[in-house]
Amino acid sequence: MTGEEIKKVVEILLQYLVPTLKVFGFTLLYSIPLGMIVALLKMSKIKPISWITNLYILVMRGTPLMLQVIVAYYAIPMLKQSEGLPSFMQNLLASVDIKSDSFMFNAVIVAFTLNYAAYFAEIFRGGIESIPKGQYEAAAALSMTKTQTFFHIILPQVIKRVVPASSNEIITLVKDTSLANVVAYAEITMKAKQQMQLHSSLVPLFIAGAFYFAMAMILTVISSIVEKKLNYYK
Amino acid sequence: MAMLEVRNISKSFGSNKVLKDISFNVEKGEVLAIIGPSGSGKSTLLRCINQLERADGGTIKVCGLDMLVKNERGKTVYAPPDKLREIRLKIGLVFQNFNLFPHMNVLRNVTEAPIRVLKQKKSSAEGYAMKLLSQMGLYDKSEAYPCELSGGQQQRVSIARALALDPEMLFFDEPTSALDPELTGEILKVIRKLADDGMTMVIVTHEMAFARDVADHVIFMENGVIADEGTPEQLFGANASERTKQFLQRY
Ligand SMILES: Nc1ncnc2c1ncn2[C@@H]1O[C@H](COP(=O)(O)OP(=O)(O)O)[C@@H](O)[C@H]1O
Ligand SMILES: [Mg+2]
Repeated sequence: MTGEEIKKVVEILLQYLVPTLKVFGFTLLYSIPLGMIVALLKMSKIKPISWITNLYILVMRGTPLMLQVIVAYYAIPMLKQSEGLPSFMQNLLASVDIKSDSFMFNAVIVAFTLNYAAYFAEIFRGGIESIPKGQYEAAAALSMTKTQTFFHIILPQVIKRVVPASSNEIITLVKDTSLANVVAYAEITMKAKQQMQLHSSLVPLFIAGAFYFAMAMILTVISSIVEKKLNYYK
Repeated sequence: MAMLEVRNISKSFGSNKVLKDISFNVEKGEVLAIIGPSGSGKSTLLRCINQLERADGGTIKVCGLDMLVKNERGKTVYAPPDKLREIRLKIGLVFQNFNLFPHMNVLRNVTEAPIRVLKQKKSSAEGYAMKLLSQMGLYDKSEAYPCELSGGQQQRVSIARALALDPEMLFFDEPTSALDPELTGEILKVIRKLADDGMTMVIVTHEMAFARDVADHVIFMENGVIADEGTPEQLFGANASERTKQFLQRY
C-alpha cells in the first residue's frame, strides 16, 4: 500500500472510531448503574429475587457475548413473524421499527449492557461484601439511615475496592466492541476488514489494532491515576 | 429519674441463650462498669440496648422513653421506628475496634452524623467537632485519615464522634482491648475525665483497676446472668462472693 492509501485508510477508520466509542460509552453508562442494582438484587434477603438474579448472571457470563448480540438483534424480527402472541405483545412489537438505523444500535447496546452488567454486578457484590460489618454498625449507632449509610459510608469504600477489577473489565469492553460487527454494525473492525479485502493488504488490520491498543493504553493510564487518587486512605 | 431501666432482658442466638433475665438501672451521672469472662454476653447486652441486636424479651426504658415493652397480649415489642430513632440518639456507642470511617478524615468522621442526622450546619458542626477534638488532644489531627493515627488516637476520635451527637449516655464496649498496653492509659484518662464531667456511662472492661477507680457500680456477668453486683468496694473487696474473687484473681 502506498503512503497515500494508508493515510486514506487511517482517515476512514478514524471516522468509524465514533460508532465504536458509542458502543463503549453507552454500554458503560448503562451497565455500571445496572450492575449496581443487579448486585443489590443478588444480595436480596428475598430468596427468589436472589435466585433469579443469580440465574441471569450465570447465563450472561456463561454464554458468548457474540451470541447474545445476535439474539438481541434477531429476537424482535423473529417474534414479529411468530403467531399466537397476545395482542398487547403484538402491538408492542409492531411499534418497533426494525428497519430504522437506531434499531441495530439499540440491539447492540441492549446485549452489551445486559452482559456487562452481569460482570460488574459480581465485582460490585464482592466489593460490598468486603466492607466490614462494623462500618454498618458504626453508622447505625450514629443514627444514620440505611440510605445514608449506603451512599455515604459503604459506597465510597466499595468504589475504591472495585476500581482495579472494573478497570480490567472496561479495558476488555474496548476490545469487545468489535463483536458488534457480527450483526453488521459498522465499526472499526468491520471497516478494517473491508479495507483489507479492498487493498489485499493486512495494513488496515494493523491500523485498527493500533487504535484499540491506544484506547486500552489510555484507559490503563486513567485507571492508574484513579487508583492513585483513591489511595489517600488505606 | 433513671436514665436507663433494663428489666428481665433475654436474648438467644438459635439455641444459645446469651442473656437470661438481666435487670439493672443506670442513674444520671452514674458510671456503671460491666466485667465478666469473654462470652458471658456483655457485648450482646450493650448491643441490645443500642438496637444493634433485638432482645427476645424484657423491657428497656431510656430517659423515660419506652424502647422495648410488653404489649397487652404479653408480647415483647419495640417502639415504632421514629421513637426508636429518638431513643438511639440518646446513647452513644464506642466500639472495641473503633469502626472509624476510613475514607473520611478525622473532622468528617466527627461531623458526618451531626450534619446528616441532626441536619446541623457544616460550620457549626465543625466548630463543635474541633472543640471535642481539642478535648481529646487531637486538635492538630483533624485533617488526618484514620489509617495515619495510632490505635489510641483512633479510639479518641471515635469517642469524639459519639459525643458529637450530644448523647445523654455513652456506652463503651472494651474500649482498650484492641490497643497496645502502652496506649490504654490515654483512653482511660479520657473516660475518667468524662466521668468527672458528669457523663452517664456504661463501660464493659477488663481493666479492673480502672473499673474499681472510676465506676459507681459494678456488674459481674457470667453465662448470661448477673452473677454479682455492687459498689466497687463490695465487688473488689474482701467480702465479695467466692466466684467473683475467683474471677478477679486472673487480673
Ligand atoms: N451474632 C451472633 N450470632 C450468634 N452468636 C452470637 C452472636 N453474637 C454473639 N454470639 C454469642 O453470644 C455469646 C455472648 O457473646 P458476647 O455478647 O460477645 O460476649 P462478651 O462480650 O461478654 O464476650 C457468645 O457465646 C457468642 O458466641
Ligand atoms: Mg464483647
